Amino acid sequence: MKKGFWMLLAMGLLFCVALTGCGDSDQPMVYVYNWGDYIAEDVIDLFEEETGIKVRYEMFDTNEDMYVKVKAGGNAYDVLIPSDYMIEKMVKEDMLLELNYDNIPNAAQTDPKFLNQPYDAENKYSIPYMWCTLGIIYDQTMVTDPVDTWEVLWNDNYAKEIIMLDSPRDTIGIALKVLGYSMNSTDPAELDAAKVKLQAQRPLVLAYLVDQTKEKMISGEAAMAITWSGDAITIMEQNENLRYSVPKEGSNYSIDAMVIPKTSQNKENAEAFINFMCRPDIALKNTEYIRYSTPNMGAYELLPDEIKNDGVGYPEDSVIEKCEVYVDPGDAISLYDKAWTELFAD
Amino acid sequence: MKKKWLSYPYMIWMAIFIVIPMALVLFYAFTVKDGESVRFSLANFQKFCQPVYLKVALRSIMLAFYCTIGCFLLGYPLAMILASKEYVKKRMLLLLLILPMWMNILLRTYAWMTLLEKNGLINNFLGNFGLGPYQFLYTDVAVVIGMIYNFLPFMVLPIYSVLVKMDHSLIEAAEDLGAGRLTVFRKVTFPLSIPGVMSGVVMVFMPAVSTFIISRLLGGGQFSLIGNLIEQQFLWVGDWHFGSALSIVMMILILISTAILNHYDRDHDNEGVGGLW
Repeated sequence: MKKGFWMLLAMGLLFCVALTGCGDSDQPMVYVYNWGDYIAEDVIDLFEEETGIKVRYEMFDTNEDMYVKVKAGGNAYDVLIPSDYMIEKMVKEDMLLELNYDNIPNAAQTDPKFLNQPYDAENKYSIPYMWCTLGIIYDQTMVTDPVDTWEVLWNDNYAKEIIMLDSPRDTIGIALKVLGYSMNSTDPAELDAAKVKLQAQRPLVLAYLVDQTKEKMISGEAAMAITWSGDAITIMEQNENLRYSVPKEGSNYSIDAMVIPKTSQNKENAEAFINFMCRPDIALKNTEYIRYSTPNMGAYELLPDEIKNDGVGYPEDSVIEKCEVYVDPGDAISLYDKAWTELFAD
Repeated sequence: MKKKWLSYPYMIWMAIFIVIPMALVLFYAFTVKDGESVRFSLANFQKFCQPVYLKVALRSIMLAFYCTIGCFLLGYPLAMILASKEYVKKRMLLLLLILPMWMNILLRTYAWMTLLEKNGLINNFLGNFGLGPYQFLYTDVAVVIGMIYNFLPFMVLPIYSVLVKMDHSLIEAAEDLGAGRLTVFRKVTFPLSIPGVMSGVVMVFMPAVSTFIISRLLGGGQFSLIGNLIEQQFLWVGDWHFGSALSIVMMILILISTAILNHYDRDHDNEGVGGLW
């Protein structure tokens, strides 16, 4: 019996060691957790060469995946690149460290338009990395009506030709916007009205997708889809009939920004990494590879004129002024959940 | 039982990866957040009893039911062919049946999208005869087709393994006594294969009722199943309590369905495969 107990204990210990993995070595490290396919391919190598800091790089698919993993602990990431509303949530939950701008001189390159956002009013925790608008991508050979309003998504002529987003926040947000409400509404009556509006649209909708939108629009499976400007640029390169428009009612524009979580073990390396990402030539590499718009003034200056002026990636200020950045709805997220579940229950 | 300690690694493994997670799910399901602390509550299960969620549950059960029927109708004849005496072809067929299972379920489901879409292979083929294009993709039919395709082997293999072990002299005896082929099947072959059918039904129904990726890809997000609901609770709403309660409900659903099957299966429980549950 006694021998068995020690055996059990030894095996248990062995397990724990195996699960915790290897310890730290002396080499300076920075653990980066970013969206998939969201950095130019050679940037990490350049950073390692110039600074001698080794990068361990991991990727996530959604803000929510990232949040669950960081919240659960275990992995001590140094740099995260979440979106606006998620940063707000993480600030609220005291999960982020304040940045030391002395270590990030290149932060001065950031266009003031993208600073002092509601998710981080004093820019204490985050430095913008990329931004984009939400809009409609459409096939001009299939759509005869002008696509300058969200109402076109409720037009019977395009029954089963419309792709909406499989994302409660965005799809409900569009319905709110059509009804003249804020995309950040937390009013139960407004959300209920948005749900009714979306129920009326359901027969016209081909599908609610996120990742598949790209290939479906390229192959002409649908006439219209909701997508982000960064993705729209990539899609339009592969099918010349496609155009992108941000409706006049206004839309969402979102900012992904770099932050340092409280669990970080290498804060200075993290700041060195963020500083590197803000250097105009590096920011240019990234925006040219990812196709999302850069908030970095130095990099913007270096962009070719046709990208600056085609109205997709860098729309007029008047368009952006009508757009809202998402705000974390807090507990009101359950109202969105309810509206979304009811939309698909029948 | 001298070497009892050999089993300890498995016990620790099961404790870490099965017992503790299960306990956590149970804990979350029966508690709700109350400010900073949590307290015992049945509110999560009450919430599930709202019509919205019951409808989603019912849809999951119905789609899984259609899938199981489809798998049975397709799978039984196939299992009979496999179990017949032509050995050379049988190896090949078995291999072809199992081969797709070595691929990722995502890939297999994506393949169906290229077949079913508006400019896809099936519509192109029909277009040659002036038919269509039809909207196959993003319908509940597409979801059921995807499920049947993915889960068919789980129906065929248990039936096959029962049929292949069946004592052939019983069939010969029936034929000697003047039974036609149909009667032999009805009175001898089929009743003897019921344990295989039952475990096939359970093994298809379980993954079908809990799938969320097939309904997401082939249903275009419009046919929310319990699996989608659970994913939504954990990843998007962040309500682990309700998500866990939904998981428990699903486990109970599966338990009930297996219990019903085992009840009908009791008389045939003497041979191998049927005793899986």
